[in-house]
Amino acid sequence: MAASLAGNKPQELFESQKLALAYFAVAIILFGAQLVFGLIAAYQYINPDFLLDKIPFMTNRTLHVNAMIVWLLVGLMGGVYWFLPLETGREVVGIRLAKFIWWVIVAGVSVVILVYLFVQVGPGNAFTLWFINEGREYIEAPRWADIAIVAWVAVFLYNVIATALAARRITGLLGVLIFDLVALGALYTAGMHYTVNVTMDQYLWWWVVHLWVEATWEVLVGVLMGWSLMYLLGTPRKLIETWLFLEVALVFGTGILGLGHHYFWIGTPEYWIGLGGFFSALEPLPLVAMVVHALYDAGAHRLNTVNRPAVFWAIAQAFGNFIGAGVWGFMQTLPQINMYSHGTQLAAAHGHLAFFGAYLGTVLTLIYIAVQNARRPMQIPLDSKYWSWAFALMILGIIGIAGSFTISGFAQTMIERAELGSTWSAFIRSYTHPWYANTLGWRFLFAWVFVAGYLVLVYDLLTIGKRKEGYAA
Amino acid sequence: MDYSWIQIAVAAIFFSVVITLVLSRGYGWLSPTFWRNAAVVSSLIMTFILLWLTLDTADQVRPGSGRIPDWTVINYEIRLVWDGAKRRQVPAVGRETGFFGKKWTRQEAYDLINKGKMTLQSRNCMECHQILGNGAYYATDLTRAWLDPWWEERIMPLTGAKTREEAMMAWLKNPPAMPQGRRKMPNLHFSDEELKALIAFLKWMSAIDTNGFPPRFAVAQ
Ligand code: HEM
Ligand code: HEM
Ligand SMILES: [Fe+2]
Repeated sequence: MAASLAGNKPQELFESQKLALAYFAVAIILFGAQLVFGLIAAYQYINPDFLLDKIPFMTNRTLHVNAMIVWLLVGLMGGVYWFLPLETGREVVGIRLAKFIWWVIVAGVSVVILVYLFVQVGPGNAFTLWFINEGREYIEAPRWADIAIVAWVAVFLYNVIATALAARRITGLLGVLIFDLVALGALYTAGMHYTVNVTMDQYLWWWVVHLWVEATWEVLVGVLMGWSLMYLLGTPRKLIETWLFLEVALVFGTGILGLGHHYFWIGTPEYWIGLGGFFSALEPLPLVAMVVHALYDAGAHRLNTVNRPAVFWAIAQAFGNFIGAGVWGFMQTLPQINMYSHGTQLAAAHGHLAFFGAYLGTVLTLIYIAVQNARRPMQIPLDSKYWSWAFALMILGIIGIAGSFTISGFAQTMIERAELGSTWSAFIRSYTHPWYANTLGWRFLFAWVFVAGYLVLVYDLLTIGKRKEGYAA
Repeated sequence: MDYSWIQIAVAAIFFSVVITLVLSRGYGWLSPTFWRNAAVVSSLIMTFILLWLTLDTADQVRPGSGRIPDWTVINYEIRLVWDGAKRRQVPAVGRETGFFGKKWTRQEAYDLINKGKMTLQSRNCMECHQILGNGAYYATDLTRAWLDPWWEERIMPLTGAKTREEAMMAWLKNPPAMPQGRRKMPNLHFSDEELKALIAFLKWMSAIDTNGFPPRFAVAQ
């Protein structure tokens, strides 16, 4: 077999890997857009008149979270296009179709962004939901874009299945990947409908939101980190696949019914309080397993690797996933606590840490692996002066942002909910309380630390591995 | 539902473990085969339970079936009352009041609330507010907005409106003109039709039984 997963010598890039590089480039650009709109939203918290009638808060926030979902998904899919030819030992089947749909998606995403930014809202009818904005957090994308996204995932799934069939090779990793992608695509369609019954609306909305980030994305990341560890540390396949199966058993075994932690208060029956609380409290288990796995692998090799930034991001991913999703999620998942904390800034603290740890960490690991192979001569081990600055600044930044949200979240929970009875006046009194109001400036300050980290990251990705010395290709 | 959540949870775990063990006879618990079986079995069992509970939930949340009010609830007074047995607030429907000075038939009420829901989505309310506790955190939770004492205490005197629905209408026409607190809601240029519909939707939503969320609503002022 020509291709191999171990990253110890340069290889010609497959077409699919060149496509992956395009995916990563777009991901990094959208990441920048996410930060710009996050900064504006954070500043509007400090100065509510800022751009009030030009780009109101809801528009900035929509762009912030939508850019995030898209760039992380693009990054994860890019990782599959990167590793698939190495796993199957051949070019990806249907690569021309894959390239075609990719440019359709890039054009589509651009149109959606422009419409969000310049049209923003529409009249209260079906036209708006089809062409401007669906008005449902995270999946605002208008219906036409939903259909394009489903077509995109379908082509992607076809690429994976057809390549595995053509190579006559179904490994454990490929099996899990296919199983997971089918679920991921199918779940998205659960969010593509309108109903006046707001309880049923949110019931199915969570099938996309929760069953993506706490089930199917988590497993997709398990597959990609499996390949990454084989590349970075040469971990044996049998070990990787056994751990992966264990993770899938625990992630799906707890996360599917853990969905119930979003069904405590939306009008759904009471049995969800017990079921959701119980299964979601177990959701951190697989995340602990992932930390043990990553540390065991890295320790077994004394951090001896072909690519230092990628290994650091991989370890940060394991810890960040556990702390952000596991610890900050567990903190508010028991119904006795969630009754008071639900819908406060505490959820945003958890959202930032979890997305950063679990998904941003994975995508940056993948990108550093790809960058190493895209440069000639290939540098082994990949290293630079700058990546560690980007790493440290971004981690410091997100801890500061999430820390601020945690404090304002506790203050809001106590003052608005527990003490004052959850009304409009209680809300105003919580956000004008110094324990809440003071966090806004801190959050903004740490946001700039994060942005500094982003800028160093971009510079590093453009230059790392371009030094003369390196493995002679 | 004939089963308690504990029975469902125990059964889910019991069957996942037993079926995995039976399928994996002859393989040690450290072998990939054992964990592959565990992954497939637990995913299928949990998915199956989710689908089954979804059927039950969908049935219990039909408007008018108990937890979710019928559309005509907008014609009545709505209050939150303390339920001693459940130890939480539950919505209660009181005397007939009409809505915007008229009694709405079931079909009219449905059309109005439906238009209100579309208006809510078209203006992206959820990216500042929460609906049933979900959304952004820049503005108030709208679950019980209809029942908020602020309308009577502050907005009715400010706008000179006679009823709560008229006060909401007057304020939502141009919120930045009458800012409340530090944060401002932008003018979303609602038409009168849209506002009437939106307020109907909020009134209907305020009568949903949310298991007591948001806690102690308007109890301690
Ligand atoms: C990588 C995995 C995860 C990600 C990316 C993630 C992300 C999020 C986000 C963004 C929200 C806010 C949703 C909204 O806007 O309304 C949320 C809510 C929540 N998450 Fe997670 N989460 C993850 C894993 C977990 C885990 C493992 C747990 C439990 C142990 C958990 C517990 C919760 C709870 C209880 C809420 C609801 C908060 C509320 O009531 O307002 N999450 N999650
Ligand atoms: C410059 C850095 C950033 C700033 C200033 C920022 C600011 C904000 C603000 C102001 C919100 C709205 C909170 C609200 O609704 O009240 C928000 C939401 C959110 N941001 Fe960020 N953010 C930044 C970076 C990030 C990063 C790096 C991620 C993830 C990788 C992220 C993920 C999210 C998520 C998931 C939400 C929705 C949270 C929820 O609904 O619970 N943000 N952000
Ligand atoms: Fe969840």
